[in-house]
Amino acid sequence: MAETITNENKKSVASTSKKSPKKDESKDTIWSRRDFFSIAGWAGFMATLGLSSLFFTRLLFPRVLFEPSPIFKAGKPSDYTVGEVSTKFIKSQRVWIVRDLEGIYVVFGLCTHLGCTPRWLNTEKKYKCPCHGSGFTKDGTNFEGPAPRPLEHLKITLDPDGIIEIDKSKKFLYEKGEWGKPGSKLLI
Amino acid sequence: MATKKPEIPTLATLVEKLKSGELYEEVKKEVLNSQLWTSSFRHGYADTPRNRVLQIVSNVWLHLHPVKIHRHALRIKFTWCMGGITFLLFLSTVVTGVILMFYYRPVGEYAYFDMKYLQYDVPFGMLMRNMHRWAAHAMVITVWLHMFRVFLTGSYKPPREFNWVIGVFLVTFTLLLSFTGYLLPWDQLAMWAVTVGTNMARATPFLGHEGPFQEYVFGVSPRYDARSMLIGGSIVGPPALLRFYVLHCIFIPLVAGALMIVHFWRIRKDGGISGPL
Repeated sequence: MAETITNENKKSVASTSKKSPKKDESKDTIWSRRDFFSIAGWAGFMATLGLSSLFFTRLLFPRVLFEPSPIFKAGKPSDYTVGEVSTKFIKSQRVWIVRDLEGIYVVFGLCTHLGCTPRWLNTEKKYKCPCHGSGFTKDGTNFEGPAPRPLEHLKITLDPDGIIEIDKSKKFLYEKGEWGKPGSKLLI
Repeated sequence: MATKKPEIPTLATLVEKLKSGELYEEVKKEVLNSQLWTSSFRHGYADTPRNRVLQIVSNVWLHLHPVKIHRHALRIKFTWCMGGITFLLFLSTVVTGVILMFYYRPVGEYAYFDMKYLQYDVPFGMLMRNMHRWAAHAMVITVWLHMFRVFLTGSYKPPREFNWVIGVFLVTFTLLLSFTGYLLPWDQLAMWAVTVGTNMARATPFLGHEGPFQEYVFGVSPRYDARSMLIGGSIVGPPALLRFYVLHCIFIPLVAGALMIVHFWRIRKDGGISGPL
């Protein structure tokens, strides 16, 4: 240390400028030792804080949920008649299973107005919501009442044993053009 | 060493002392000079400006309060005392809330029955629960009235604009306290109110799975989004109850309490309660 100071003193004397030794020191290194430790300390602190925030965010999403599975089996395709709306699963799973000439699709029994469960009126061939009178055609298209968009369709597939599998966590929305997408209808 | 034994006073001398008031003076002197007293009360009652200042600034409970206030700050017509009433109601909910915590368990199987137990089988339980509930309702009303008053009197203007923003955070936390507390009775009203309330989180921009721009955020799905983080699953179930309980009893009160300290301190630093022009 003593040597450097004397060297710097010599330099400053030689250059005849009145710069302080500290300024010279900061000239030939990017950071002083104090700067380096300060920056390293803060960087470490912020990194720890940032990482623990990430860990905490991930912690809030457990790997296992003790909830009913959104996936359920709904029998064989031959259980459903062409042109009919099956109300077999409306009580337990809140869905209607509809078969037309092309295949089978699933209509979610949740009114798109305020979330009540509509009823299938077989004589009038429509879903009717008891809360505010929204009406939907057989495929779920809204045609009367306050509902702003059609009922949602849910994912339907066939498992290797030929049994219908319905996944309620995957929705198909008409207004997004998703009704024709793979999984929205089981073609037979 | 022969020390003199302290004389045991006879009953007659005691009575005489009591009659003359000498005993009272002696006891008073003894108490006022005791270490316990002098370390607790460091200033007398002298009604001088200096002593009054000392009484305030040397007391941790009083020092947040200004030493002196403007005469207009006492005018109820100007402040409505709404901020003070809100704080008082907050303190009531803290006290009654802690008492309720002695009986309430935030578990799906127990929560509703603990609430009923508090109401019908715990002495004064009904009183505590109702005080907590009504103070909470009243606090929501008074906090809005306080905001309304501050707006009408223009007290949000510089130099008080920082405190206005703190106040906006506080009104938000008041509403969140109300919302999280709403679930805890664990009855049908609570279940469906919170179902509807948290369904709104589906539409959070970027972070809700049905919200705008969610397609630009990696991994957002019904299973991993703002709503499932809030309720710890996809339905309002026991995990949601526990989460709301922790938010209601620990997290939000701590944050709101810290903000309240800043809020009250800033009133003083920004020149006290604003006055009529």
